[in-house]
Amino acid sequence: MPPKPRMSDRRPIIELRDVEKHYGMGEITVKALRGVTLTVYEGDYISILGPSGCGKSTLLNILGCLDQPTEGDYLLEGENVANLADDDLSQVRGKRLGFIFQSYNLIQQLTVVENIEVPLYYQGISEKESHEIAASLAEQVGLGSRLDHRPAELSGGQQQRVAIARALANDPAVILADEATGNLDSKSGGDILQIFDDLNQRGKTLILITHDEGMADRTSRVIRLKDGLIHYDSMGQAAPSEMNYKSKALSTG
Amino acid sequence: MVRQTNPVLSNATVTSFQKLNSPLQLINPWRVKRSVILGLKSLWLHKLRSLLTAMGIVFGVASVIAMLAIGEGASYEAQLQLKNLGSQNIILTSVKPTNTSTAGEEERSLVIEYGVTYRDLEQIRATVPGVEIAVPGRRIKDFLWNQTRSIDAEVLGTVPWFPEMRNRRMVEGRFFLQIEMEGCDPVCVINEELAAKLFPLSSPIGKEIRLQRNYFKIVGIIETNATGANTEFGSKGMSKADESGAGDSEDADLPMEMMIPLSTLEDRFGEVLFKYRSGSFEAEKVDFHEVTVKIDDGYPVVPAAEAIRHILERNHKEVDYKITVPLELLRRAERTKQIFNIVLGSIAAISLLVGGIGIMNIMLATVTERTREIGIRRALGAKQRDIVLQFLVETILLSGAGGLIGVGLGLGVPVIIEKFANMMTIIQFWAPTLAFSISVLTGVIFGIYPAIRAASMNPVEALRHE
Ligand SMILES: Nc1ncnc2c1ncn2[C@@H]1O[C@H](COP(=O)(O)OP(=O)(O)OP(=O)(O)O)[C@@H](O)[C@H]1O
Ligand SMILES: [Mg+2]
Repeated sequence: MPPKPRMSDRRPIIELRDVEKHYGMGEITVKALRGVTLTVYEGDYISILGPSGCGKSTLLNILGCLDQPTEGDYLLEGENVANLADDDLSQVRGKRLGFIFQSYNLIQQLTVVENIEVPLYYQGISEKESHEIAASLAEQVGLGSRLDHRPAELSGGQQQRVAIARALANDPAVILADEATGNLDSKSGGDILQIFDDLNQRGKTLILITHDEGMADRTSRVIRLKDGLIHYDSMGQAAPSEMNYKSKALSTG
Repeated sequence: MVRQTNPVLSNATVTSFQKLNSPLQLINPWRVKRSVILGLKSLWLHKLRSLLTAMGIVFGVASVIAMLAIGEGASYEAQLQLKNLGSQNIILTSVKPTNTSTAGEEERSLVIEYGVTYRDLEQIRATVPGVEIAVPGRRIKDFLWNQTRSIDAEVLGTVPWFPEMRNRRMVEGRFFLQIEMEGCDPVCVINEELAAKLFPLSSPIGKEIRLQRNYFKIVGIIETNATGANTEFGSKGMSKADESGAGDSEDADLPMEMMIPLSTLEDRFGEVLFKYRSGSFEAEKVDFHEVTVKIDDGYPVVPAAEAIRHILERNHKEVDYKITVPLELLRRAERTKQIFNIVLGSIAAISLLVGGIGIMNIMLATVTERTREIGIRRALGAKQRDIVLQFLVETILLSGAGGLIGVGLGLGVPVIIEKFANMMTIIQFWAPTLAFSISVLTGVIFGIYPAIRAASMNPVEALRHE
């Protein structure tokens, strides 16, 4: 097992600065996010908790470049993606981000291996190569024998494992999961969490939305949202530079 | 097994990333190929729906091909007739009056007198401006003999300039000459068909053919008149007028013809021609069975034909003649073609429009049905143009498949028309190509909107779609 990355090696991958998201509902404007500032470092294993409607999904959509902030900046690996054109957002999503959804969101008419290949297809990777990658990833999530099955022929836990493999296909910088275990029983949910743990062990950055305190305990950093604001961050609200300094001090100490 | 290290993740994928960023991705053949496979799969998923949706295109495309085939056929037929009959010609044909009108006064055994006369011709020559030459002809229908071989054929007494006037080519030998005409010589020219039937083994040139008690020396072979159309005064026209000779119409398709000098015919067979028909002799006195009047190049043909009609109307109590104006035939054919074009063109346009709208409707439904999929693809890196390509390709495949079926149907329809409507049809090589292209174009036109609608969906909302 490779060693856990040291704090000193970590660089910020995501920096949100005063991000707001407003939804215009006719006369009324709903402020789903009201100024979120957040830095995510490489190798972070974050869970985001909060009551329903506090803006978790909204935040994750913005982090995932599926949606854009109304106000504020979003730096992804140093590049400001808050105001990118649609094509560039697609490119960012396809190359640097991996998504896992509560309802798995597999394409029903495609087989397991074809589902995993979808992100590779949009990156223009050859059929042969993407098939190899997809098959190997399916193997890693324990579905090596189900390559040609359709999603409907799989259990919820298995489908979610396909979704994880798909999220990994392009080797993204960050994996975002919105209530990934929300539809699963505790056994298969546990399997999924085990995979997440392993991925983080191997240095993957993961951000998970959850309602499950037990799941939050497994992650190395917990963020609590309330009414569109970060209400608690286990890493503290320190500025990124200070944070870096601290982690350096920690590792050398 | 999840714990194993992941070689794929760590290197292979990373290396292949930094490529493909060009705006030309949409027409990347690899991408198009994958989209086609994807499109075929999803159409195959709803086979019946796809088939029904494509029906409008099928009929539209089939109509286009049928329209072009019928139009071309009509044009070609008319042009062929015009070439054979001559565009500056007017053809007068004698038509035997129907029995009902003459039965009261004339018995079967009496001599029936009818048709275009010397007097008609003289008046035409004297009064109609621009009449250049006339090719008169008289016909006998009788058996021709080569020793023991015999065949029922048309014998045409005519003038030496017949081939030139009627655009008939000599295949072998020559046509008979002015001197032979003047000398009432027993020479003849036969058409290829007759040559093949009576002289299957050797060249007939120089050999003799017997007609009743007369022998004729063959001096040339003339090409068979390929049209076989009933406007030609020949076998078909005659056998239609001559109802008692119904049995003759069998070989009407390819006429058996022998041509001899008009003077010879008059010299040997006299003014009154005898025929043995259905148990009794029939005699007829006909000056000319047919006359080809050529109008000088400078003069309009149609008014000349009108003038001739007036003269004949005045001279004949009964309509025992027929006036054929090849130029009018052409015009009529053009009109037929136009009508067909309008009718079938409208059918094609309506079918394609309705088909296109049907396709668009289904594609809009498909887009809604697959909103979630679109959201997933967008989340996984699909650009708007990828989605456009996916749905556009699917629409084009649908309409293109309809187009292919339509081409198949369209190639079959003219065959049926030819068989049952007795119309010539010509399918030109570009017609199916054109019709197929129209189907593809329909797909593009009616597929653009659903595809753009699919691509312009908000990914977040698409993902939330139930
Ligand atoms: N498209 C939208 N239009 C209008 N309001 C929206 C839209 N999306 C979200 N909101 C509002 O923004 C707020 C945050 O919603 P969000 O989905 O982020 O909540 P959440 O924390 O994910 O809740 P849950 O735990 O129930 O999933 C809510 O008040 C919601 O009503
Ligand atoms: Mg949510």
